[in-house]
Amino acid sequence: MADITPLRTAAETGLSKLFEATRMKYPTGVSIAREEAFRYFEAVGLPTRRVEAFKYTDLRSAFRDAAHPAEMPAAEVAARAVADAKGFAGIEAVRLTFVNGHMIADLSDLGRIPAGITVTPLTQALTDGHALLEKLAPVRQASENPIYQLNTAFLADGVLIAVEPGAKVETPLHLRFIATGSETFSTATRALVVLGEGAEALVLESHEGPDGVAYQPNDALDVTVADNATFRHARLNAEGREAVALSTLSVKLGAASAVETVNVVVGGVLSRHQVYLNFAGANGRAVVNGAAMLNGRQLADTTFLADHAATGGVSRELFKTVVDDAATGVFQGKIIVQQAAQQTDGKMMSACLILSDEGQMMNKPELEIFADDVACGHGATCGALDEDLLFYLMQRGLPKAQAESLLVQAFLGAAIESVSHDGAREALIGTIEAWLAARG
Amino acid sequence: MIEIKNLVVAIEDKQILNGLNLTVNDGEVAAIMGPNGSGKSTLSYVIAGKEDYEVLDGEILLDGVNILEMSPDERAASGVFLAFQYPLEIPGVGTMTFLKATLNAQRRARGEGELSTPDFIRRVNGAAEKLEINKDMLKRALNVGFSGGEKKRMEILQMALLEPKFCVLDETDSGLDIDALRIVSEGVNALRAQGRSFLVITHYQRLLDYIVPDVVHVMSQGQIVKSGDKDLAKALEASGYAEYRTGEAA
Repeated sequence: MADITPLRTAAETGLSKLFEATRMKYPTGVSIAREEAFRYFEAVGLPTRRVEAFKYTDLRSAFRDAAHPAEMPAAEVAARAVADAKGFAGIEAVRLTFVNGHMIADLSDLGRIPAGITVTPLTQALTDGHALLEKLAPVRQASENPIYQLNTAFLADGVLIAVEPGAKVETPLHLRFIATGSETFSTATRALVVLGEGAEALVLESHEGPDGVAYQPNDALDVTVADNATFRHARLNAEGREAVALSTLSVKLGAASAVETVNVVVGGVLSRHQVYLNFAGANGRAVVNGAAMLNGRQLADTTFLADHAATGGVSRELFKTVVDDAATGVFQGKIIVQQAAQQTDGKMMSACLILSDEGQMMNKPELEIFADDVACGHGATCGALDEDLLFYLMQRGLPKAQAESLLVQAFLGAAIESVSHDGAREALIGTIEAWLAARG
Repeated sequence: MIEIKNLVVAIEDKQILNGLNLTVNDGEVAAIMGPNGSGKSTLSYVIAGKEDYEVLDGEILLDGVNILEMSPDERAASGVFLAFQYPLEIPGVGTMTFLKATLNAQRRARGEGELSTPDFIRRVNGAAEKLEINKDMLKRALNVGFSGGEKKRMEILQMALLEPKFCVLDETDSGLDIDALRIVSEGVNALRAQGRSFLVITHYQRLLDYIVPDVVHVMSQGQIVKSGDKDLAKALEASGYAEYRTGEAA
């Protein structure tokens, strides 16, 4: 049978041109990595529904055009955008600010980085050939993913954060990504966090941008957690209503390390957040949660993979999705337990609340287990608000909208309870409340 | 005063209430007794405004206003309170959050100002103490992990805080041991007042030893078939409902 060469879409052709235009910008080593990434991407193209991992999220349709990578914004434009930024705004934190995918040093707290942490802007690290760059893509499956490869190919800026062994950093590090402008553009950022043995840190990540602009952010966070270290992470997707927002979190867990991450989604016409965990050392523990609130024609995809390569790993995943109007929630979760990973304990749950007739939820949980002494489970539920509970609340005097809000908030709240930082948790609850208030 | 006139109600094409007439005067405690399937719980849900029921005829007047046109929350704000036979568990909703939301929602609906937090807490603690509800229960999600008796006490706590005009107690005695029955009954008795009336629905006379009714009605086949004083309940306890079952399948 003759080979079939698929027709390249306008977006794919556009991405090739854009890549050619920027390819010689960086030192040789980086250029090679970008080149390899782009060649990988070029070979697979933008995935369609026929690719199993993208069955519910058709990127080829979502990307009609390849948006031009955003330039560094003018100082006053950046300052204005930052002044309006709301994500985790009230929390005492060390802020590292990115506007349109470029780090804005003047609007970042580079001068007051807490002891025990080293922060290096990625552009500088790329130019200098920083040793930590080797720790990019700590999880194999991330580097086999077209979204992550696209991020590498177009990587424009980001940050390297190294936490010294034993350093317990109290102040959260807030990576705030703010998009601004009225024309379409793309961004590609990469943050790299390396926690030394026994270190502890909390990273907050917020993403926001203008409604009505079809910008295309692609953000990746690569984390390496050494033995006995703890990484806490809360992420807020409050992108503009037209944004096509792709993101990847890739975490390698050392022995007896701990990871807590939550992703809260309200923004983007299409978003896909990919989480890859690799339990490389024994007895790692991870809590991976998510809460998505979708309306209009939004689609939010959470794709999760835990790869247990060592014994005694424990993971708990709880993803809550609320779907209104004609929105779509997607959850794809997979737990792999390799033969050596005995005594793995993994539980994955996706629950969806559908508030409308046209809303839909796609759940695809998978377990792939090669060890014989494990406890793994998954569950997926979809349902409407309980009429009896609504009646109970209304009988006590709550108007219907308020009764619904209380139940929705309770439903989503379960995914946020794990956030141990009070301010971050309250900010995320505030996001839920604001979404519900706007629903009316 | 609540007046129910010629109430005809069906659920899924099955007629449950067949022209029911009932008046409960201000300050009165009326008991409704009757066999299984006579429509007692239906009556309580229709008064509170549950959607599943179709009202085919009749009216329910609370102080002269027909509440059948109102949504359940509007009825609540007008003073209707239903103590559920099976209070619902609401995971994720803290008891205090719930109490404050309901109290303030009703106050807002009546055009009253919201309670300050200290005032709210003082009221809750005062009412909780009388019902032997400990602080730990108030810290948990509403009714989650509560025993049957704790749930019923929580219902009475809400009744005490919301200060309704007309309270319907739907088989509040079900699932209660003697001690819980005493606590719940004392809670209800403490709320008896000139401007407040009660409709106490029960299968058993025992509850009426604790909450002594002014009037006892017997319900059968969706109608009030006999009314009397508290001695009627005692007579029923001795004779059973046999004489009221005519026309029903054995």
